[in-house]
Amino acid sequence: MSAAMDTESTYSGYSHYSGHSKKAHRQGRDRHKSPRSKDGSRSEKSVTIQTPPAEPLLGNDASRAEEGQDDNWGETTTAITGTSEHSISQEDIARISKDLEDSVGLDCKRYLGLTVAAVLGLLVFLTPIAFILLPQILWRDHLEPCGTVCEGLFISVAFKLLILLIGTWALFFRQPKADIPRVFVFRALLLVLIFLFVFSYWLFYGVRILDSKDTNYQGIVQYAVSLVDALLFIHYLAIVLLELRQLQPMFTVKVVRSTDGESRYYSLGHLSIQRAALVVLENYYKDFTVYNPALLTASKSRAAKHMAGLKVYNVDGPGNNASGQSRAMIAAAARRRDSSHNELYYEEADHERRVKKRRARLVVAVEEAFTHIKRLQAEEQQKAPGEMMDPREAAQAIFPSMARALQKYLRTTRQQQYHSMESILQHLSFCITNNMTPKAFLERYLNPGPTLQYDRNRWFSKQWTLVSEEAVTSGLQDGIVFVLKCLDFSLVVNVKKIPFIKLSEEFIDPKSHKFVLRLQSETSV
Amino acid sequence: PVVTILSYFTFFQQRIEIHKLRQGDNLILGFSIGGGIDQDPTQNPFSEDKTDKGIYVTRVTEGGPAEVAGLQIGDKIMQVNGWDMTMVTHDQARKRLTKRNEEVVRLLVTRQSLQKAVQQSMMS
Repeated sequence: MSAAMDTESTYSGYSHYSGHSKKAHRQGRDRHKSPRSKDGSRSEKSVTIQTPPAEPLLGNDASRAEEGQDDNWGETTTAITGTSEHSISQEDIARISKDLEDSVGLDCKRYLGLTVAAVLGLLVFLTPIAFILLPQILWRDHLEPCGTVCEGLFISVAFKLLILLIGTWALFFRQPKADIPRVFVFRALLLVLIFLFVFSYWLFYGVRILDSKDTNYQGIVQYAVSLVDALLFIHYLAIVLLELRQLQPMFTVKVVRSTDGESRYYSLGHLSIQRAALVVLENYYKDFTVYNPALLTASKSRAAKHMAGLKVYNVDGPGNNASGQSRAMIAAAARRRDSSHNELYYEEADHERRVKKRRARLVVAVEEAFTHIKRLQAEEQQKAPGEMMDPREAAQAIFPSMARALQKYLRTTRQQQYHSMESILQHLSFCITNNMTPKAFLERYLNPGPTLQYDRNRWFSKQWTLVSEEAVTSGLQDGIVFVLKCLDFSLVVNVKKIPFIKLSEEFIDPKSHKFVLRLQSETSV
Repeated sequence: PVVTILSYFTFFQQRIEIHKLRQGDNLILGFSIGGGIDQDPTQNPFSEDKTDKGIYVTRVTEGGPAEVAGLQIGDKIMQVNGWDMTMVTHDQARKRLTKRNEEVVRLLVTRQSLQKAVQQSMMS
């Protein structure tokens, strides 16, 4: 039986490359004949999965083992054939090639900026040391001896340089976490400022001290100290401009996803548009539920049905008035008494009921499965060495009893593409290891989570484009709208200013809280 | 028109004479009052103006002297034996109605149904 299944799997590998859907359907019918796993076969500890690669154009052999695109693991858990319904479309090819060519260009720009900043930083750091050492090297004999005050200044220069070094490391030496389209305005300004500053100091030094071979060593050292002080102040300026100014929230942005209308609000300070886009994207990955194209098919089919069945016949003449025709169609579609709202209502109610039923079955199955596992305490571990299993084996042991219910639930909520059997087994062993309850295990499957929770291949959103009418380095203003586009959907961002709040004070004396009874008595006379 | 205006003022109020009934040691009138300047006027179900703190008849016992004399539920008592009842406390009103040495009380009451009847007759 397994040999037949093996041949099935290799056959399915070829069908994947050709991308024909008919062959996949035939595979599906054949699959149902294979025996369903019963709970008795649970003792088998190894599970073989044979899957074809997901993206063959990249030729990435490492992904072969991980990609479990098997859709029917609920029925065939002990011996599985993998058949993928994933096919490469023209869009995917375009996307892959775009990825390759873009990464080369942006890396160059990023590294250029980094090297310029690093060179400048090194130069700036070595300048005070050079100021102090050059007279010693060049005209040591003519120099005045260095007294106590002068030596004290050496110590202060050393410590200030150390503080500057630590501060620069803390502020600037960070992994760049994003590629942005235009240069950071404030950073560029600061670099220019530092460069001009150090240049002017060197100019002064070169003209007044080197050329004239000044003998007042204390003055030279004081000059170097003043440079270091000024550098520390520029560092302070850098902190204020780059870090502190945008901490105080000034704007509220509303982010709406174009495909399903999911929206969130975020608070931002004074940022440029590109940096605001960065913040929005960072929060997108953790706040928005994952983009699921399978959920959009229902509305698309409804939209198709609206305009279907109406044709325009031109009886008056050969003229082709396109806009007139479309207007006529729209008017006719609006007037037509269709009951699609009825269909939508009943379909949604039906779907809700089905989801709830499947969910109830799933919860019961998982709870039951979890009761079969018991954690062994340390003392008990020595007593019964035979039956012990590690978390992975325990997960594989209880998985078959909940597999079918879980797969049916995922199918109903159209999430089956996001959870492969391997990932479910991993999650199950993770939950078992950490003593989680069945509900904690199910949390990941009952509600669609944020994009970060899922495998990178399922994200549909890695390369973003910022579309904006204003320059992307200009600051945020009230009423600005910009769009973050990726291939499948876009995020529309609307910026609103936080209103000016007028807060006034009212003092209430604690003794002023007095009450009286509201009477309404009735007396009979 | 002049005659109807005069009649408006005459019939806006009604005079009711109640003879108290002796029950054991007490003289009872057979109705209950509510209201007063020390009470909450917004809880009065009979008044049209919810800031009216006057004395209202809230219950009339069946077959009692008040019902016999023609007092109705919801009547506002304006005077009792010549004493004004529009600005008294609840207890003062009770005292004025239950004086032990009086056997007859003459009330001046006003009624919303009376007002409406007069207004209708004015309009017709």
